[in-house]
Amino acid sequence: MAIPFSYNFRNLRVRKTTTVMTALGIALTVAVLLGIMAMVVGLNVALQATGHPLQMIVVRKNSNSELGSQVAREALLSIKYKDGIQKFPNGEPMVSGEIVRVINLPRKNNPEGANVNIRGLSQLGIEMRPGIRLAEGNWFEPGQREIVVGQSIALRYVNAALGDTLRFGRGDWKIVGVLDAGKTAFDNEIWGELNQIASDFNQNETLSSVLVRATDPIALEALKNSMADDQRLYLDAKSEVEYYSQLTSSADPVKFLGVFVAIIMAIGSSFAAMNTMYAAVVRRAREIGTLRVLGFSRGSILLSFVVESLLLSLLGGLFGVLLVIPLNGLKSGIGNFGTTFSEIGFDFRITPFIVLVGIAFATIMGIFGGLLPARTAAKQDILNALREL
Amino acid sequence: MWKYVPFAFKNSLRNKRRTILTIASISISLFLLGMLVAVYHAFYYREAPPEQALRLVVRHRVSLTFPLPEYYEQRIRQIQGVREVCPVSWFGGIYIDRRPEHFFARFSADPERIFLVHSEFKISPEQLKAFQSERTAAAVGKSLADKLNLKLGQKITIKGDIYPVDVELTIRALFESDVKGSDYVMYFHRKYLEESLAAARRGTVGTFGVLADSPESIPRIAREIDEMFHNSDSQTKTESEQAFQLSFLSMLGNVKLFLLSICGAVVFTILLVSGNTMAMSVRERIKEIGVLKTLGFTTSQVLLMVIAESVIIALAGGMLGCGLASGVCLLLSGAQLPFMPLGLPMPPVVLTISLAVAFAIGFFSSVVPALNASRVPITEALRHIG
Repeated sequence: MAIPFSYNFRNLRVRKTTTVMTALGIALTVAVLLGIMAMVVGLNVALQATGHPLQMIVVRKNSNSELGSQVAREALLSIKYKDGIQKFPNGEPMVSGEIVRVINLPRKNNPEGANVNIRGLSQLGIEMRPGIRLAEGNWFEPGQREIVVGQSIALRYVNAALGDTLRFGRGDWKIVGVLDAGKTAFDNEIWGELNQIASDFNQNETLSSVLVRATDPIALEALKNSMADDQRLYLDAKSEVEYYSQLTSSADPVKFLGVFVAIIMAIGSSFAAMNTMYAAVVRRAREIGTLRVLGFSRGSILLSFVVESLLLSLLGGLFGVLLVIPLNGLKSGIGNFGTTFSEIGFDFRITPFIVLVGIAFATIMGIFGGLLPARTAAKQDILNALREL
Repeated sequence: MWKYVPFAFKNSLRNKRRTILTIASISISLFLLGMLVAVYHAFYYREAPPEQALRLVVRHRVSLTFPLPEYYEQRIRQIQGVREVCPVSWFGGIYIDRRPEHFFARFSADPERIFLVHSEFKISPEQLKAFQSERTAAAVGKSLADKLNLKLGQKITIKGDIYPVDVELTIRALFESDVKGSDYVMYFHRKYLEESLAAARRGTVGTFGVLADSPESIPRIAREIDEMFHNSDSQTKTESEQAFQLSFLSMLGNVKLFLLSICGAVVFTILLVSGNTMAMSVRERIKEIGVLKTLGFTTSQVLLMVIAESVIIALAGGMLGCGLASGVCLLLSGAQLPFMPLGLPMPPVVLTISLAVAFAIGFFSSVVPALNASRVPITEALRHIG
């Protein structure tokens, strides 16, 4: 026979100060874990969604990023006539030569500024990225000093909204459009017309990268190999999806730190919960004795105390979830040194999965913290327990 | 007042299980706090050689990825207060493979000037000469050489990525610095790199290291350099070397806020744990406090005793936590951590801060329960059943 839940609820209520303090400790632990998870999930969303499965980014051999790569303009021609490349309806191969540079822009809450990718590309390049549309304004006109900025740039940087001008390269650039890249990495870029950007940055002979779309997955592999084998071109091709998901590694130290902190804090909080439960067991020794006399088995006493500890930690878990919910949608950015040398903006995301993880985490703490005290309670001798003051 | 310490100590021992759990909880949290403060310290209070206060870094205004024209060197040199200028370019590239342990800073620099600007690097005159007189020579910091097992005379190849060339170097000099880790760097001849490049890419420099005659003239020199190139194609941004290094950290995002908010959560959690414990143990002891008061102990003495007990417990946890943190840092001393190739140091100041936090937690967590306990009227306390 099990002891009713209401007994546990009432017990938690009777010692409210202790209950609230212990639950708050658990809540903070859960909040730290969830806060970091929300950040990592947001970053993953921003990067993993980027890229077309049939596309590859061609860079110079040994370069692991577009930024550090140079591809001669002549190579573009050799790439265009390779086999297995998808064609636009007008017969033009889906090959887009692009230039990527990094500039430093002052950010709204950081006057020191952060690094932002500038991408020079042609109309072909825009059409090869189907998920992208204009949220406001128009595309840049060839021959004009016009640019289009990603949504995240428009929001987070100074003077980067539609109609403003930004100064880089050889002078001012007018922002004629804001790009909605559906929260992909391109939301953090500034786009301009290829030749205009090339001449401003004095980069007329070389491109940074070439984006190529294959007709099918088999052709994609074949194209990759043929790029890598061509000693004359000295190029390397990476799948576009892989290229962007590899950027998530910039969050690895944060992820590691987050998990480390959460586990250590969880151990600490479990000890605290254990302490509270032990105190409860000692205080209620007589009560436990009475319950036993009434016929409740050792098993139901054990269960009852574990349930009480669980209730305590779930209360903490729920409170922890409530604490992090305001973080949802918070905009932030993380720098990437290894590959892009620029900042990737992302939103904190509190997903149902994260909430579940928080509750599960609290449950584990509750069980861990409650088991030993519950065992002590269940093992008590009836006569001694009844004699306790 | 000290005579109450043994009493408080005894009291803390009487519910051993509770005390042990509390100490365990506090020590684990303080271990975490110690590690976080150590990371914070390593990021923002990194020990810098005193010579750094005399150095500036000139870079392109738009971004570090844009080079500056080589001839700027001569013009910067003319500014009053500038003692030495050295062109320094980040080479990047790959040594052996892309694994993080093979990543280190490698610069092409002017071999005649780099050790004048970086006067904190100790290098023997013979090795300096050997480094300067061979076009493909490299000079390697001792901590880097130790970690990657590089020896004098060894040949190493670095595959270029930013620069489309591979450089083949021979290590001809090792240098050392008093500040651990600041010599985790390699330099090679700028001329060698220039000659390997296509004509169109020659004649540019990533940054200029500038040595000033006094720390006071740093802001003025920075201003004058930036004004000098204000109307040119490549505008500059000049800042002290320290500010330059911090700007890298700010690129990472708001690390400061991130670390501080976790530290805040940790401290607050320990405060709750410790406060809870004290509240519980005081509640069980109200009758005893009544007895103490009957015997003539004053309210403030009782207050003090309870606080002392809490502080003893918190400090015990703090010391354990600090010991644990130091041990872990010691274990990590050879590990490859992001931004800390030589592991995470645990300076005494971090331990002091952690212990101070432990003390404060012991004190503040017990104030409320202690006040409550000491204020209970004797008659009521003696009647208390708990």
